Amino acid sequence: MNWVAAFFVIAGGFFSLVAAIGVLRMPDLYTRMHAATKAGAFGAALVLVGAALHFGSLRTVVVAAATIVFFYLTAPVAAQVLARAAYRRQLPTWGDGRIDEIREPRDFVEESRGPKPEPGEE
Amino acid sequence: MSFEGEINVLGVGLAVGGGLYLISIAIAMVRIVRGPSSFDRVVAFDLLSGLTLGIMVLLGLGFGQPVLLDAALAIAVAGFLGTVAFARYLERGGSR
Repeated sequence: MNWVAAFFVIAGGFFSLVAAIGVLRMPDLYTRMHAATKAGAFGAALVLVGAALHFGSLRTVVVAAATIVFFYLTAPVAAQVLARAAYRRQLPTWGDGRIDEIREPRDFVEESRGPKPEPGEE
Repeated sequence: MSFEGEINVLGVGLAVGGGLYLISIAIAMVRIVRGPSSFDRVVAFDLLSGLTLGIMVLLGLGFGQPVLLDAALAIAVAGFLGTVAFARYLERGGSR
C-alpha cells in the first residue's frame, strides 16, 4: 500500500507543477486560468486519494472524498466568476482576439455598471 | 514494516512530492509578484490555495496525523471564498 500512496503523492506533485508552470508561462489571463483550475484541482485530488488509501479508515476516506467533491464543485465556479469579472473590466486577450462570441449583446458589458431599470417598471 | 536495508517508499514519495510542491509554490509566487493585472494575481492566489491544501495533506501523511485532512478541507473552503470575494470586488471596481 505504501507504493500506491507514494505513486499518488508524486503524481499529484507532478500535476501541481504542471499547473504552476502553466500559470507562469501562459500568455494571457484566460489561458492561465485554464491551466490553474484543471491541473491544480487534479493534483490536489490525486494527493487526497493517496492520503485516503494510506490511512484507510472510514473517517479519513469520507473527509478526503468530501474535500475532492467540494474542490471539483467550487473550482469551476471560482474560475467562471473571475473570468466574467475580467471580461467585464475588458482585460485584453492574447493575440488579435477577433472572435468574441459574447460581445454581441452589449447589455452584458453594460450590466456591470449597475442594474438597468426594467422597461415598464418603476 | 521497514527493516534494515529496505527503502522507506512512502518517505521517498513524500520527499519527491514535497519537492515538486515547493517548486510549484515558488513559481506561483513569481506570478503573484509579476502578474500584470490584479486578475492574474488572483488566479495565482487560487492556485496557491490548492497547493497549500496539498502541502497540508503531505504533512498529514508524513506525521501520520489524519486530522490534517480536516485542515485541508478548511483551506479549500477559505480559498474558494477568497477567490470569489476578490473577483466580485474587482468586477465592481478597484485597480485593474
